[in-house]
Amino acid sequence: MSFDLLATLAKTALWMALLLQVTPIMVWVERRGSAMIQDRLGPNRVGPFGLFQSLADAVKFLCKEDITPVEADKFMHGLAPVLALIPALTTFVVIPFGPDVTVLGHRVPLVVAGAETGVLLLLALASLGVYSLVMAGYSSNNKYSMLGAVRASAQLISYELALTLAVLAVLMPVGSFELNEVVRYQQGSFFGLLPRWNVIPQFIGFLVFVVAAFAETNRLPFDLPEAESELVAGYHTEYSSMKFALFFMGEYMGMATLSCLAATLYLGGWHLPGLSYSGPWWWVAAQGMGVLVAKATLFLFFFVWVRWTFPRFRFDQLMRLGWKVLLPLSILNLIAVAALTVAGVL
Amino acid sequence: MPQDHYPVLLALGLAIALGVVILSLSKFVSRRLGGRVDLTPYESGMPLLDRSHKRISVLFFLIAIDFVVFDVEAAFLYPWALVLREGGWPLFWAMMVFIGLLLVGLAYIWKKGGLDLRPARPKRSLGS
Repeated sequence: MSFDLLATLAKTALWMALLLQVTPIMVWVERRGSAMIQDRLGPNRVGPFGLFQSLADAVKFLCKEDITPVEADKFMHGLAPVLALIPALTTFVVIPFGPDVTVLGHRVPLVVAGAETGVLLLLALASLGVYSLVMAGYSSNNKYSMLGAVRASAQLISYELALTLAVLAVLMPVGSFELNEVVRYQQGSFFGLLPRWNVIPQFIGFLVFVVAAFAETNRLPFDLPEAESELVAGYHTEYSSMKFALFFMGEYMGMATLSCLAATLYLGGWHLPGLSYSGPWWWVAAQGMGVLVAKATLFLFFFVWVRWTFPRFRFDQLMRLGWKVLLPLSILNLIAVAALTVAGVL
Repeated sequence: MPQDHYPVLLALGLAIALGVVILSLSKFVSRRLGGRVDLTPYESGMPLLDRSHKRISVLFFLIAIDFVVFDVEAAFLYPWALVLREGGWPLFWAMMVFIGLLLVGLAYIWKKGGLDLRPARPKRSLGS
């Protein structure tokens, strides 16, 4: 077995281990956080501060009866929850978490796939998410599921445009699709005071990205595909047991990878002013991952905070926001960044 | 290079394997009660009266067409962004023409009501 393959396996294992922790922790944060926001207690019986509540939930999910409704397409009904994991569990491969390090004389980049196609790959993999929702809704043989799936696909493809164009504006001054180049571009500072992070010159792009990220992960205020007050549970109305849990894992891990991406594109990724990344390779990797996770955690908390603060949109309002506000805004942002890039300002 | 992409296939395989393992574990552990009523589609407590797969509003089809148009444009913009710095102002203006055409298209769809995801209401006249 070659050294490269071994290193790739180790990095993949590290990401997988982190991402699998995200769901139980985020479920706990969400339930306790919502309780805090709504002046309740939240789950506090299982373990200290209710920390083991998610584990108890997982066991219960495993033991529940798994129902596939009559006349449902059995194969697609089972395939959809598995596909829900794919966007979250594949996009991490292009997100860097540190500078190149030297391990036993081999040069190892701290990113799983240092391919030149980085961001293109990421967008392609992330857009696979819509298949799972459509399959789940179509195969369930249920009106609510079908409506949820149609809405979900319309919403995902509409906001994907704004997201794609916002990301493109970040790549333009960098001139590369590699996310490590994007991080290197953000090193240094403006006037010796502010870190040279993209969030400052590209604030409009950042806003578009964050709003589109909420819509891409089906989170409130954009959780129209689920909309429990009108569609019961949307595309996963007919799902129970562990299949239902897989949709939730997909959603939370998708939030986590999108947060990592947002941190990389707009908040400097693994780079932190004043942190020089010296020392043994494992210390560099730990520092880089720590910085990235800390920045992503900010976004994850923001996701929870917004969910329990804002009401839901109506569906035509959602589409209007996507097509009539975010899309023109992202195109204007793109033109402005292009002009500034050619003029040599950025 | 193609060999740079094998970690993606690895991650893809792991993601599918994880899902399959979790689902089969649940299949072994979970109870099976069954029953005909349990297995009927959920209709808020009512028996299912008609088919579940109904007609979908044509407006969703319009959204899909709009998406295809604009997503292809976005795909054209990606290589442009990569070489913009070397290309300078001529390349910038060349693409502005393209984006201008794109915006004309957007304005047309907008004006025709293709972006309003609701049925067009007939204008109420004062006399009736």
